[in-house]
Amino acid sequence: MVAQNIGFTIIAAMMIIGALRVVTTSNVVHAALWLVVVLAGAAAQYILLAAEFVAVTQVLVYIGAVMVLFLFGTMLTRSRIGRDSGLNNSYAKLGIPVAVVLFAAMALALSESFGTEKLPSDGSIVTTQQISDQIFGPYLLPFWALSFVLLAAVIGAIVLARKD
Amino acid sequence: MLSLFAVEIPYWGQSLLRVLGGLVAVLLPAGTIVYVFLFKMMSFMQSRLGPMEAGPYGSMQLFAEVGKWLQKEDIQPDNADKRIFRMAPVVVLMSTFLLVAVVPFGPDAWFTDFETGVFYALAVSSISVLGILMAGWSSANKYSLLGGLRAAGQLIAYELPMVLAVIGVVIQAETMNLQQIVVAQNAGSIFGSDIVGNPYVLTQFVGFVVFMIAVQAELTQAPFDMPIAESELVSGYMTEYSGFRFLIFFIGEFATAGVFAMIASTLFLGGWGVPFSWFGWTTMDSVDNWMNVAGPLIVFTKMMVLVFLIMWIRFSYPRFREDQLQRFAWKVLIPISLANIMATAVLKVAF
Repeated sequence: MVAQNIGFTIIAAMMIIGALRVVTTSNVVHAALWLVVVLAGAAAQYILLAAEFVAVTQVLVYIGAVMVLFLFGTMLTRSRIGRDSGLNNSYAKLGIPVAVVLFAAMALALSESFGTEKLPSDGSIVTTQQISDQIFGPYLLPFWALSFVLLAAVIGAIVLARKD
Repeated sequence: MLSLFAVEIPYWGQSLLRVLGGLVAVLLPAGTIVYVFLFKMMSFMQSRLGPMEAGPYGSMQLFAEVGKWLQKEDIQPDNADKRIFRMAPVVVLMSTFLLVAVVPFGPDAWFTDFETGVFYALAVSSISVLGILMAGWSSANKYSLLGGLRAAGQLIAYELPMVLAVIGVVIQAETMNLQQIVVAQNAGSIFGSDIVGNPYVLTQFVGFVVFMIAVQAELTQAPFDMPIAESELVSGYMTEYSGFRFLIFFIGEFATAGVFAMIASTLFLGGWGVPFSWFGWTTMDSVDNWMNVAGPLIVFTKMMVLVFLIMWIRFSYPRFREDQLQRFAWKVLIPISLANIMATAVLKVAF
């Protein structure tokens, strides 16, 4: 387990540095690229938890799609090379208490629900098959509800994009 | 475990072998593809000889080219975002190396035996888009930015039919592990006849065609080469790169072609295996050890066949227009691959 702990520490440190740079950097494209570091770190942590499917989904959805769209959008609109002084607005300090409260709430929720419970150390991997059995079994209704949310978003995009 | 020639190799030794094998599996196909197809086949199709001076039939030309690129001056534009400019080619090449990690070359000759192999391959192949966008933006050049944006739009559009085409294979093989997909094809049978196993190019022909078209577009090879369209955009996102940084992009392009062809041969042509019925094998465990040596050669042969197809199309067709490209992806390929998934699922339940 020691190797996993060392790995976790290194990746977590990278993620924290990346997250700080996302909010402090003065170039919008740099911020997006630091966010890629944070999201890749999250994927690596999922691998450490033996959650392969979730890790790969993280890479496919967040790095492959969401971040590419972010970069695409910023490069089409405002993408000056170099510093951009107007990037940080005057409410930036307000974010700190919000972040602290959010962190406290999530830490509390995790420690309340799991307590001292530990993952089995024999590395029992949850296979993709088990995940799909869960999604299309007991969690079918939430899955359908999510699909309807996505469908609504797609229809909204079509309505916005159509000129006639 | 890896017990080639009946010698047990310790874990660190296996890891070392796999890292070296990864380098070989990326660089050797890239070099072969460039020499055989880009130098010689293209010349043949254009009624010329191609490089003839360096070595017999110009076979050493590649080393001469690499030497030339390595000694060129490394130019970075004054206004470029230097750090990201230097990082971009590395990100593109990194995606190739991550991609080769899941390709199986034999019963024990694999780099990683990943449960979600196909899914992983599709996920990491999209990382190269990031590198291309970084290159296009950081060059501080309008043509580079346009090329980068075109590349991103194209790669996002063609990733979808690619994923959807693979789903048909996954439904038939009942697994996402590439090693298991190889076994399922070679141990399978079509209507009770197991002479050729069940290579999915026969039962999933629609998926194969859609996949290969999407691969052509993902590799930005003509007729999908708008991102580097030399008549409109100089050289697209690669315009400002010179010397060894251009070399990295160049290796990345052809190495990715090789790796994608390997993945396609694993998914549709039976990968490293021969039909198991030829040698009386039934499962993975009964496969003889010599397949660890023959397997890589078989994958390499199948890869060359598929890259030949890709290059043949590349040298034969003129470039699409940007709107034709998007319409083709969204209105032709995606509906076809969705119909293919439905048909496969229905037939899977019926048989």
